[in-house]
Amino acid sequence: MANTQAICNSFKRELLNGEHQFGAPTLVSRTSLTAPTVDAFKAALYLVSATRNKSDTAYNSTGEVSGSGYSAGGVAVTNATAPTLDTDTAVWTPSASIVYTSVTLATAFDAVLIYNSTQSNKAVAVFTFGSQTVTAGTFTLTMPANTAAAALIRIL
Amino acid sequence: MLIETTKGPYEEHALARTLGFEERPNEFVVWIEYRLGEELVRRDAHVILKQPSAVAGAFLGGFG
Repeated sequence: MANTQAICNSFKRELLNGEHQFGAPTLVSRTSLTAPTVDAFKAALYLVSATRNKSDTAYNSTGEVSGSGYSAGGVAVTNATAPTLDTDTAVWTPSASIVYTSVTLATAFDAVLIYNSTQSNKAVAVFTFGSQTVTAGTFTLTMPANTAAAALIRIL
Repeated sequence: MLIETTKGPYEEHALARTLGFEERPNEFVVWIEYRLGEELVRRDAHVILKQPSAVAGAFLGGFG
């Protein structure tokens, strides 16, 4: 078993259905909602032995890390920058590092699932990295540049 | 400076500190380990994402 980096398949469909709100656009009314607020997103960490991948449709605690200072479901993602275009590519990246403070995660982990906690914990994407452990310390995920070449979510 | 460890706060100079750096295709990793004797009492890790490869393509269909 292994975690595999991917944008979740369900997320692609949900984008076309307008089920995720990364920004706060002004919409033409389809019946009622014209000024949606931004959804909240969270980031959960997964063990090397987990199987997070493109088939995930929602946050799942199976294979999630556990340990002192870590709450199931992970931490909030800071989202102060709405999706934008970089030439021909739509891009979105959390506006701050994702930080797990004062945690002990003794079993190696290598993946983070970003998911929409406002919309029934719907999965967005899985990102993998070299396996890590943390002992009474801080785990920080610093985001890439929010550009067509590097953003966390890119739609070409 | 006091460092929080598995054994409570310790003066940093009382601990052996090891700093590591690794570059991988998708990220840089920096880690710091503090040991009291042989025992690991604190480990911090910092993953700096460079260019995640998860992207979605959008394709235009046609009528033909």
